[in-house]
Amino acid sequence: MAYKIIASQCTGCSVCDPECPNNAIREKGGTFFIKPEKCTECIGYFDDPQCVVVCPVDDTCVIDNSVPRYEARV
Amino acid sequence: MESKVLGRIGPRVAKSGCAAAGSCGGTDEQLAHLPEEIRKKVYNHPCYSEQAHHYFARMHVAVAPACNIQCHYCNRKYDCANESRPGVVSELLTPEQAVKKTLAVAASIPQMAVLGVAGPGDPLANPERTFATFRALSEQAPDIKLCVSTNGLALPDWVDELAKCNIDHVTITINCVDPEVGAGIYPWIFWNNRRIKGVKGVKILIERQQKGLEMLVERGILVKVNSVMIPGVNDEHLAEVSRVVKQKGAFLHNVMPLIAKAEHGTFYGVMGQRGPTHGELQALQDACAGNMNVMRHCRQCRADAVGMLGEDRGAEFAMDKIETMEIDYAAAMPRRARVHAAINEELAAKRAGTVHVPSAPPSPAGTKYRPVLMAVATAGGGLINRHFGHAREFLVYEASSQGVRFVGHRKADRYCGGGDTCGDGESALAGIIRILEGCEAVLCSRIGYEPWELLEQAGVQPNGEHAMEPIEEAVMAVYREMIDLGKLDAGHDAMQSKARA
Repeated sequence: MAYKIIASQCTGCSVCDPECPNNAIREKGGTFFIKPEKCTECIGYFDDPQCVVVCPVDDTCVIDNSVPRYEARV
Repeated sequence: MESKVLGRIGPRVAKSGCAAAGSCGGTDEQLAHLPEEIRKKVYNHPCYSEQAHHYFARMHVAVAPACNIQCHYCNRKYDCANESRPGVVSELLTPEQAVKKTLAVAASIPQMAVLGVAGPGDPLANPERTFATFRALSEQAPDIKLCVSTNGLALPDWVDELAKCNIDHVTITINCVDPEVGAGIYPWIFWNNRRIKGVKGVKILIERQQKGLEMLVERGILVKVNSVMIPGVNDEHLAEVSRVVKQKGAFLHNVMPLIAKAEHGTFYGVMGQRGPTHGELQALQDACAGNMNVMRHCRQCRADAVGMLGEDRGAEFAMDKIETMEIDYAAAMPRRARVHAAINEELAAKRAGTVHVPSAPPSPAGTKYRPVLMAVATAGGGLINRHFGHAREFLVYEASSQGVRFVGHRKADRYCGGGDTCGDGESALAGIIRILEGCEAVLCSRIGYEPWELLEQAGVQPNGEHAMEPIEEAVMAVYREMIDLGKLDAGHDAMQSKARA
């Protein structure tokens, strides 16, 4: 149910942090990560996942396949 | 085309680096038509006044990592302590650290007059950090001028806040006023929670830049415009940019050469987009100068540069060193005031002409001599006071029957690409001779035998006879010598080139 940030590609620029509607992004050791339990893939907030579209490094914020996809509660 | 563009490595904007503090200035002559009030603001700003940059220092604090647009010339993922270019930074600072660093530098380098936030991202895409820094400094160090540089996308939202913090200089990087041109420069912008690609995104960016420019001018805030010259992309368009921004009230235009190397990992670098030659840059700056004041002494410095333009003392003020420093800013202020007053007096004397300004040589019987470019090695103060072998950059002056004018600078050290790109290829000396292309003399305080010979062979006359003399006077003296020796006579050039061949 979440996106993840590939740490080796993260520049630590912080641009994703304030854009996340779920306040799911944290910093550790100069790079950022997403708390999967908080991430809703921006469903219910925006058409596009904000971390993905604002990140300067393409393919750095990607779907985390180790957790199930988020489903909006109706 | 956007998708292709997007497929590349990441990164982001840079623009600003030079923008704010980093950069450049016009000559006094170019500023002459500005109202006195604006000229006063410009005189002691190293980035705005060609004269002032020999005396006053500046610094950037890297508090703004995030960016809201993507530029093809920027990849901030790459950070090499040996290279100097906008958007690159070694150490990100919190606003608290930035304030401490600024006070430390201002206390130990009393010539430090200007603090800029220039990145490494876009300062206005990091409003909390940027304004926390400005607010604290405007309270604690009212004798420091504050500047900011921006890509302009968020600018209209922050103009009033900038005015509140007494920011009286803003630099906007404007690379185009035509979205079609901009589509080749900006792959996307982040706007209203969407990534907007191509022409559509650029159109928004341009509208916001122009609106921000107008709002700043309305509030009496000085606006300088930076443009990156990208051959084949916007080079022919920049004279139009110059015309538009002048009409809207920008007071200076700084056209900078594209920096693009494959090892920087930027889109342009990877795609092999070339930067302009010295000649192309100067020609465009001259074309823009018909429209407005053009800056030529920009060093395209890093978003964490410290010191005089062209030097970077950032390493002396790394955060770990700052943390242990005792800073008594109250005690430093009077000393700073004395140093600034002395410099301003000297600059005013220069402007008033009490310091000798060289006049053009008499042209006997209406003979018109061609202009000559000369390179100068200087450590500041407007003097020829650097050993040739120690120079990391050369200032280039043009001497002609109109007098002496500053036309630009050339970096002597190559950008460090790290690893195997360092130190290979041409020797350092051959590299310097190459960057001096087009110059017929190089003036320095001293020079060794070997470089002397090689320079002479390359057609650049070394000259160490004017050590410690004011640059303009020395350049004119050498020009007069060349005239007296018949080197500028019509037949001489042809003879020379024949002899060389």
